[in-house]
Amino acid sequence: MDNRTIVKTDYYPDNNAEQDQDYAHPTMNVPVQPEARQHRRTRESLTHIKGWGADLDRKNRPGVPMERTPPRYTPANMPTPPAQHQHVEVLVSNERPGITPLHGTVQPPSGLSGMMRRAAFKYTENDLRHWLMLLGADRVNVVEGIVEDLAHGHVPNILGEMGIKSEWEHNKAGLAKKVAIAGVLAGAAYYLLKRRDERY
Amino acid sequence: MLAMNYRGPYRVRAQYKSDPTIEHPGDAIIRVTRSCICGSDLHLYHGMVPDTRVGHTFGHEFIGIIEDVGSEVTTLKVGDRVLVPFNIFCGSCFFCQKELYGNCHNANPQSTAVGSIYGYSHTAGGYDGGQAEYVRVPMADVAPIKIPDDIHDDDAVLLTDALPTGYQAAEMGDIEEGDTVVVFGAGPVGIFAAKSAWLFGAGRVIVVDELDYRLEFVKNYAQCEVVNFKEVGDMALHIKKMTDWLGADVCIDAVGCDAAGSVAQTVTGRLMKMQAGAATVLHWCINSVRKGGNVSIVGVYGPTFNAVPIGNALNKGITMRMNQASVKRHVPRLIEHIRAGHIDPKAIITHRIPLEEVADAYHIFSSKLDNCIKPILIPPRAYETTRPVTNSVSEE
Ligand SMILES: [Zn+2]
Ligand SMILES: [Zn+2]
Repeated sequence: MDNRTIVKTDYYPDNNAEQDQDYAHPTMNVPVQPEARQHRRTRESLTHIKGWGADLDRKNRPGVPMERTPPRYTPANMPTPPAQHQHVEVLVSNERPGITPLHGTVQPPSGLSGMMRRAAFKYTENDLRHWLMLLGADRVNVVEGIVEDLAHGHVPNILGEMGIKSEWEHNKAGLAKKVAIAGVLAGAAYYLLKRRDERY
Repeated sequence: MLAMNYRGPYRVRAQYKSDPTIEHPGDAIIRVTRSCICGSDLHLYHGMVPDTRVGHTFGHEFIGIIEDVGSEVTTLKVGDRVLVPFNIFCGSCFFCQKELYGNCHNANPQSTAVGSIYGYSHTAGGYDGGQAEYVRVPMADVAPIKIPDDIHDDDAVLLTDALPTGYQAAEMGDIEEGDTVVVFGAGPVGIFAAKSAWLFGAGRVIVVDELDYRLEFVKNYAQCEVVNFKEVGDMALHIKKMTDWLGADVCIDAVGCDAAGSVAQTVTGRLMKMQAGAATVLHWCINSVRKGGNVSIVGVYGPTFNAVPIGNALNKGITMRMNQASVKRHVPRLIEHIRAGHIDPKAIITHRIPLEEVADAYHIFSSKLDNCIKPILIPPRAYETTRPVTNSVSEE
């Protein structure tokens, strides 16, 4: 037993990667000691932590049991709410009949992305195509957003929308790097195009 | 009204849109006085959640003052100061009657798997969120909670998601006295999960992240041990070295699909979208927890699928519990903890940004600039009152 006490319960390694190596060998051939786990910190050693153990009583934890009937914070046997009047197109999962009594009405489907979304809702949530078509529609919708801005005479300030002001304030080095990379890429593209022009 | 407006991945702006209206007799319209940007908003911001439509207003963590109520609302009146749980729920369905408010079946027509969440894409119901001057709140008699006069607005807004989610994460870990709890992620939810683990009687709390400023914060705030995963070799091996070679009793995933830390997961999950985000932290949780231990997941993943070592979970006999937080069932207890001085939620707020500058707010939070932990957005009309002035709106 005496040569097995290398794993000490009061010794916690720090985050030092070099130190990880120290562990590779000393414990070789040393049995793991489940009894080490029995040496738990005492309540007395944890009194400096405000509120320690305040919710120790399992029966008194607010989320136990996970399914709690009847509910404590809403009325028991509450009637289903009346159906919300549907005044815009709402896409509905086909894994359930009908529309829910409550629903969101913002940004109804429109344009090409809307057609893609309608098509996606022909598939169940269980079908991967449903989600992939929605992700595709999201990308198309971004282009539609820019077209719509321009149609309203608004040129979107894309760098502003990406937070360039805060990038300038808090990450000048990162911004300079991005500008430099963009510059190099633009330069390379220009060079390649120019070379191609010369060839023909 | 002025509202946050999604234009595409990494692109948002503040823009005027029409005010929300009462669309159902149970609705209320709330004038927002504070809203937060949440780590899970970043999944939307990064374009990872299917059916995130251009023009959508995000924001599921907000408080405000009742401005108007529908004909069937009886318990709230104009002028009441309320906090609104991020779940939209009916109170009457099969799931609400079991207090699974995060899983309501009557408020999201678009998806049966996902509950309904303010400003969280059409996959979560298609409701605009609270990063705006006004917001439509369905089932006003059921979901919102009047803010007691002694609870500060900044504490109240963290009771809408971040604190209850962190608390429920610890609770789902089924912590026993003296347990070693590892929390992956030192964002707001991870910070609150670490703090809550002590309330449930943990003996050791270890928080893992890659950002030193956040680890420094959580070390002081939650009096825990910290590990920077960039400075260790293998994560599971490191946790085993720290835990008598057995593994942690409880591992908590407070990160979700935007995780860093694994090239393979980042490329397949975040860049190529071949899985519903990077499952790095799930992988670490399953492989770092002890046999028979508990894994608790509150980090958000997409609706498709993820590459996780489920065989190890089976062979180790792990119990995995997960859910969106049922905010309403935790708030009363959490208010008691705030009053008792056990926890000071508002201490994690690092940035107060006018709603007009929402683009920069998202960029700062997403890129972890300026040591950001929790940013809150203040709408232009936040300081107007329609009721007697309280401590909350006058003291700044
Ligand atoms: Zn949130
Ligand atoms: Zn319900």
